[in-house]
Amino acid sequence: MLSKLYSLSTIATLQKGEIGYISEESLDFIPLKLLEMGCLPGAEVELVQIAPLKDPLYICVNGSHLAIREETASKIQILKVNSLDV
Amino acid sequence: MSKNDIKVALIGNPNTGKTSLFNQLTGLNQKVGNYPGVTVDKKEGLSKLSPTQNAVITDLPGTYSINPTSIDESIVLKTLLKKDIKESPDVILVVADVENLKRNLLLFSQIKDLEIPTVLAINMVDQMNRKGITIDLSLLKKQLNTEVVLISARKNEGINDVKAAIIRCHVAAKASPLCGVDHKIDPDYFMKLKEISSDYSLYELWLMVTQSNFPETVTKEEKEKLLAFKQDVSKVKKYQHKETIYRYQEINKILKKTYIIDKSKATDLRARLDKIFTHKIFGYVFFVFLLFIIFQSIFDWATLPMDLIDGTFAEISDFAKNNLPTGVLTDLLTEGVIPGIGGVLIFIPQIAILFLFIAILEETGYMSRVVFLMDKIMRRFGMNGKSIVPLISGTACAIPAIMATRTIPSWKERLITILVTPFTTCSARLPVYAILISLIIPDTKIFGFLNLQGFVLLLLYALGFATAILAAYILHKTLKIKSKSFFVVEMPNYKLPSIKNIFYEVLEKTKTFVLEAGKIILALSIILWFLASNGPSSFENVEKNTVQNPLNQYLSEKELQQKIASAELENSYIGILGKTIEPSIRPLGYDWKIGIALITSFAAREVFVGTLATIYSVEADDEKTATIKEKMATEVNPITGEKRFNFPVGMSLLVFYAFAMQCMATLAIVKRETKSWRWPLIQLFGMGFLAYISSFITYQILS
Repeated sequence: MLSKLYSLSTIATLQKGEIGYISEESLDFIPLKLLEMGCLPGAEVELVQIAPLKDPLYICVNGSHLAIREETASKIQILKVNSLDV
Repeated sequence: MSKNDIKVALIGNPNTGKTSLFNQLTGLNQKVGNYPGVTVDKKEGLSKLSPTQNAVITDLPGTYSINPTSIDESIVLKTLLKKDIKESPDVILVVADVENLKRNLLLFSQIKDLEIPTVLAINMVDQMNRKGITIDLSLLKKQLNTEVVLISARKNEGINDVKAAIIRCHVAAKASPLCGVDHKIDPDYFMKLKEISSDYSLYELWLMVTQSNFPETVTKEEKEKLLAFKQDVSKVKKYQHKETIYRYQEINKILKKTYIIDKSKATDLRARLDKIFTHKIFGYVFFVFLLFIIFQSIFDWATLPMDLIDGTFAEISDFAKNNLPTGVLTDLLTEGVIPGIGGVLIFIPQIAILFLFIAILEETGYMSRVVFLMDKIMRRFGMNGKSIVPLISGTACAIPAIMATRTIPSWKERLITILVTPFTTCSARLPVYAILISLIIPDTKIFGFLNLQGFVLLLLYALGFATAILAAYILHKTLKIKSKSFFVVEMPNYKLPSIKNIFYEVLEKTKTFVLEAGKIILALSIILWFLASNGPSSFENVEKNTVQNPLNQYLSEKELQQKIASAELENSYIGILGKTIEPSIRPLGYDWKIGIALITSFAAREVFVGTLATIYSVEADDEKTATIKEKMATEVNPITGEKRFNFPVGMSLLVFYAFAMQCMATLAIVKRETKSWRWPLIQLFGMGFLAYISSFITYQILS
């Protein structure tokens, strides 16, 4: 059941306004600097805005509003809540 | 600074109002110096804590953690690890933003673990009600085991509480770690680390391992042991990650009991403004419009004060000439020193206005949005979104612009930005452009409304930017430097700019320019004056020969004096130099007089105009004699019989000044920032080569 409710992806695949939760497994792939800025496993991350050329991505995590490059975002695994009405 | 002053280091995340607090604490008692051995500016100020106690406050660069990713941030680590009694801080003042307290406390927890007395100032508390935040201050103090003060730096509230807390903290002089890195991660590992030395706290030893940064007091033996820990790189990295997670867990525990935020009260001003400023079309339109407004106002506002400075220095020079006894010293003063200082100060209006705009863009939080918009584009050219700030600043002066590259973490991206910034049209090029354009471009309107001269000037600006971008692309493809590109930019809240902060920022940047560029421009002015007023042995006879020349006998006294000055210049060292290089610049359409102007332009480009004024012995303050422009317009090329400054020569000169690296002060700064002569020399010869070839082609095609 759980696998239907959640799907595994990365921050880079989020749509504008979508929310995900950073997975515990991605700890080793998050650059230290991002961790220090609040991008922690388990944290809720929202994609606020995508730059006009699809990169960088503007995210909000743990109260921090950050712009990161797609390259970094695609390394950070998240759990995405699937919409239930499908 | 006296011995009893408390040494306070001011630390905080960017955008927490750290600068506001520094300005409130120190006022005008601040100065910018240099950290020994590194190039980052050190901002220090004196603060009166109580009638009997002063403090020297050092404003450290904003950082999110002690683990540095850029040169600016590495200063924080270096300052804190110092065990030197003279240098190490007595008290650390950490500034935090009330809205982002969790993240701000990470840095605080690291600093606390260094076991140095620490005061935490929570800033922007005037926003608490609006944001729905409540803090249990006494419990927070107890939990963090430190002095905590609530302040609003912009409104000047709580500043006295900060001062009192610093004194209390200094007197108590006790400090204990907050988190302690050891027991949760790997007790055995950290136990062994701790055994290396008892002179340092465990966290200090851990930082030495992770950052390979050793204070001078560490013995060779200790250093070897510490380096042994670094052998297992992946383990160190893993433990750093674990440490950060652990710190956040501890912070969460503390904040759960002391800090409540009611999210329903959050306003959506940020979201609404972001929708406009980061919009895929309107975002760029607004940015270009803003640049247009900025450049327009620079021209509109700077003209008057620049004319004023110009006039004042001419008057001072005249006054000195008329009132001091004639002699070499007076000549040095009136023809070398005074115009030299004037040549530096004339740039202040334009530079100050541009930095005023940049400071406003940064203070309001808009600059981060520009970085966000531009990163992808800049990356294609081997730069970083953050390169946009130096490239814009470069239109005022390359010196502060190159210093602004320090925030770029990747060395390759930073180096490319440094190398191409001098292509942007700096204010020293403007007087040269202005006079050449007025000589060769007719003052007419195109399409009925666009001033053709202004349009050409705009094209020259575009040429500068385009060349910078193109050069960056070539460097990006050719430079074989491996450096990890990394990009995280905080998008701060939008704020109204604080007038006080902007005032200090503009003052500091302008001061840097005057000091850095000023000393070189001044020194070169004096050298050039010497070279222009002295010559080999036959030089002394020039005046006599000119007077005795039968061709000159019907000239008026004034005309004779001008003839003498011209003849003297022709026979001076610099005249000889100009004649020596004449064959090599003739293909570009220049004669030896322009050659002299090219040489003297190395002091600063705008010296071109002044030099030609001297060569054509113009006295601009006399109504009867022609102005420099009229003189240049009537100057004839003796070989062709055409005007000297005709269209091909003018265009060739414009292109030359657009590309050539004619600025000693910039070369000196590039040397300082890149720590090698290699890069400034590449700039000098690369840009020089480009200028020569382009001018050659321009002249040959047009003539």
